[in-house]
Amino acid sequence: MTVVDIGLIGVLGLLGVGFYGLLASRNLIKLIIGLQILGKAAVLGLLVAGNASGQINLSQSLAITVIVADTIVAVIGMALAIQVRRQMNTLDVTELARLRG
Amino acid sequence: MIELLLTITTLVFAIQAFRTQRLLSAALWLAGVSALLAMLFYLLGAPQVAVIELSVGAGLVTVLFVFAISVAGDEPIAAPSLLPRPVAILLALGAAALVGWLALPVPVAEVVAAERPLAEILWQERGLDMLGQVVIIFCGVLGMLGLLAEARAPLGQAVAAEVVARRERDMHDLQQRALP
Repeated sequence: MTVVDIGLIGVLGLLGVGFYGLLASRNLIKLIIGLQILGKAAVLGLLVAGNASGQINLSQSLAITVIVADTIVAVIGMALAIQVRRQMNTLDVTELARLRG
Repeated sequence: MIELLLTITTLVFAIQAFRTQRLLSAALWLAGVSALLAMLFYLLGAPQVAVIELSVGAGLVTVLFVFAISVAGDEPIAAPSLLPRPVAILLALGAAALVGWLALPVPVAEVVAAERPLAEILWQERGLDMLGQVVIIFCGVLGMLGLLAEARAPLGQAVAAEVVARRERDMHDLQQRALP
């Protein structure tokens, strides 16, 4: 098994775990953790592709962009979760269905 | 060999992040995933991204998660999850298998002889991306400030009741003092 095969196993496994987390958890902060794991899978996939094609520096520059965007998504998500907690007094996503404008 | 060990440990950490009930433990398992992935990145030949992943993914994001959990509270939700667990596992495995079907077999690319250095690609070829990142960071800071600062938290029921009771007691004392 080469490094690329092992990296692909990691990408697919992390994707599966992240999807499962998004589907199965009700807690807003756990949903953000699921998004983070999906983002990490994307970064790992980029680097595996760069390693396989010999263009590791190009994939590194793309991976940096993905990491920055992913972190900002997490920050905004957590700020939203704190606001939901203050307004609705819960972190349960199903409670958000009660929101009326 | 060590790559396989790292990958399996990473997956175990990621699964643990969703199996644990407490949010704080989940955030710490996520930090572990980040640290192990940084080692994997280094072994894949990407030391710069490994350093960024270790400092941002394992450091900054974990601190932010701990801060958010300390503000928002850490009580587990007792209600069952939206989807039955086997259905969720099946769907997730199906999605991952679809991605694998698209990605496999790995195409053999012709190896580029001499690649340009990272700094050159980052600042010249991908200069627009860097500009976009700056804009994203700016928007993120603005969004967080707006979300956290604007809506002042309403007083909790208990605090409001206490304030009202203390005020009535004071008024009562004043009246008692004024009457005789």
